[in-house]
Amino acid sequence: MSLLETHSLTCAFDDLIAVDHVTFNVEKTEVFGLVGPNGAGKSTMIKVLTTLRRPTSGTAIICGHDITQNPAAVRSMIGYVPQMVSADGDLTARENLMLYSKLVDVPSGERKSRTLEALEFMNLADVADKRVRQFSGGMIRRLEIAQSMLHRPAMLFLDEPTVGLDPVARASVWEHIMQLRDTYQTTILLTTHMMEEVENLCTKIGIMNHGKMIAIGTASDLKTASGNPDATLDEVFIKFAGAEQATPGGFEQAARSRRTARRLG
Amino acid sequence: MTLVGRFFMKAFAIVEVEMIKIRRDPTEILSRAIQPALWMLVFGQVMQHAKAIQTGKLAYMDFMAPGILAQSVLFTSIFYGLSAIWERDLGILQKYLVSPTPRSALVTGKAISAGIRGLIQSLFVYALSLALGVQLNWNPVSLLGGMVAIVLGAAFFSTFSLIIACIVKSRERFMGIGQVLTMPLFFASNAIYPISMMPTWLQVISKVNPLTYQVDLLRSTMIVGGTQAFSLGVDIAVLFGATIVAILIAARLYPGLAS
Ligand SMILES: Nc1ncnc2c1ncn2[C@@H]1O[C@H](COP(=O)(O)OP(=O)(O)O)[C@@H](O)[C@H]1O
Ligand SMILES: [Mg+2]
Repeated sequence: MSLLETHSLTCAFDDLIAVDHVTFNVEKTEVFGLVGPNGAGKSTMIKVLTTLRRPTSGTAIICGHDITQNPAAVRSMIGYVPQMVSADGDLTARENLMLYSKLVDVPSGERKSRTLEALEFMNLADVADKRVRQFSGGMIRRLEIAQSMLHRPAMLFLDEPTVGLDPVARASVWEHIMQLRDTYQTTILLTTHMMEEVENLCTKIGIMNHGKMIAIGTASDLKTASGNPDATLDEVFIKFAGAEQATPGGFEQAARSRRTARRLG
Repeated sequence: MTLVGRFFMKAFAIVEVEMIKIRRDPTEILSRAIQPALWMLVFGQVMQHAKAIQTGKLAYMDFMAPGILAQSVLFTSIFYGLSAIWERDLGILQKYLVSPTPRSALVTGKAISAGIRGLIQSLFVYALSLALGVQLNWNPVSLLGGMVAIVLGAAFFSTFSLIIACIVKSRERFMGIGQVLTMPLFFASNAIYPISMMPTWLQVISKVNPLTYQVDLLRSTMIVGGTQAFSLGVDIAVLFGATIVAILIAARLYPGLAS
């Protein structure tokens, strides 16, 4: 059985259908990349899968639990790093981790050691007692990923993990995501609007546009399906998603994602 | 760990974080000392000499000190929801909500934090009262009763504020409503004049206002010869009941703030 399967998953905001009858599976230990332009519905998809928002129709099964029937069970199996900054800037890295280890039911005897392990794993041990406010965007992201891994979730959701990061910080986040998968066999679903990112990280790719999943497969599957096996993923994307269209909400989207980028950077 | 044990362990994890923040940046809580000082120094002194408000055997300053204490806690607690909106605008709330922590534990943690904040603030009002010659009651049992009034009042109004935040969702609308609410809540209570002086319609409103019961409990515990319009049991039951109901409502609405 797949670790995650969605069944005609749909989420609408009034008359805007942000996720439109999407059906797909993610297998165990896969790194699934959900790629699409701003406004494609990636974040909404993740919010529905992580039980933050109820689907309008359809459902998803994660680790055997239905997100609409048993959201509490789903929450104990997953980790989530939102697109926005979710570490608390007024606390130190260690305090952020200790707090979260309590919220995710790490046994009291293991909280200190897991926190230490997480700090070391993410190369944050020497800044453990600094306020997160003073961290760079890449360090914040690594801390957030560390937080989401404390309870060793079977599945991890990363929403735009590298948005607003410079190339060096981005490479470091990539490296840590791969290490994490190798060490803990975590299944990962991440979103991005960068083709380079899915090419580097993901074993499987789903292309989303206007709420629909328009293509799914490995990078080479998608290239073949696009009719040109030598195409770059960017060309594949343009082939599937079509040229840029003026979608309503574009201004708000741009403002929102740039604001996020500024916060992270 | 039992379910209840885990619930409070998680609620206190939230409390611990709030305490760390107060310790690192006490300026915000210190600035809250200014307003009660103005009320007691200016309004209190003038009214005491004017003898315009009949407070029986109590000096007016003694009568008003518990009311000003309750007010200072109210004015802080009523804006508590703002921090929830702030946590939503970042991604902190979203991450809390995806953790396997009951929403009610998160909300309870916030309420207890507000209670402790209220206790710290009341130290100023106690010091101020002492300096102004208010006849404070140092009986330990009375002090404990006063602390219960402060914690429950702060817990109720901060959770009420969280409910408003969950309904209006935006910082701007929240500030508007917060400002509109504070003064009516204060004036429609027994904080600075006894209920018996109010016109009937205002008496009715003040009797459904939890602030009235908080002040009533404080008035009977904080000062020497303090009187009580209701009984100790009624005051505590109303405050505790209102807090529990508010926590249950807030726990239901809290996830909606994130989406
Ligand atoms: N809370 C909301 N209310 C109304 N519309 C929303 C809300 N969140 C997202 N949307 C809209 O849903 C669409 C998908 O948004 P989103 O899932 O954030 O896209 P992405 O993450 O792919 O950039 C966009 O058109 C966006 O404006
Ligand atoms: Mg997004």
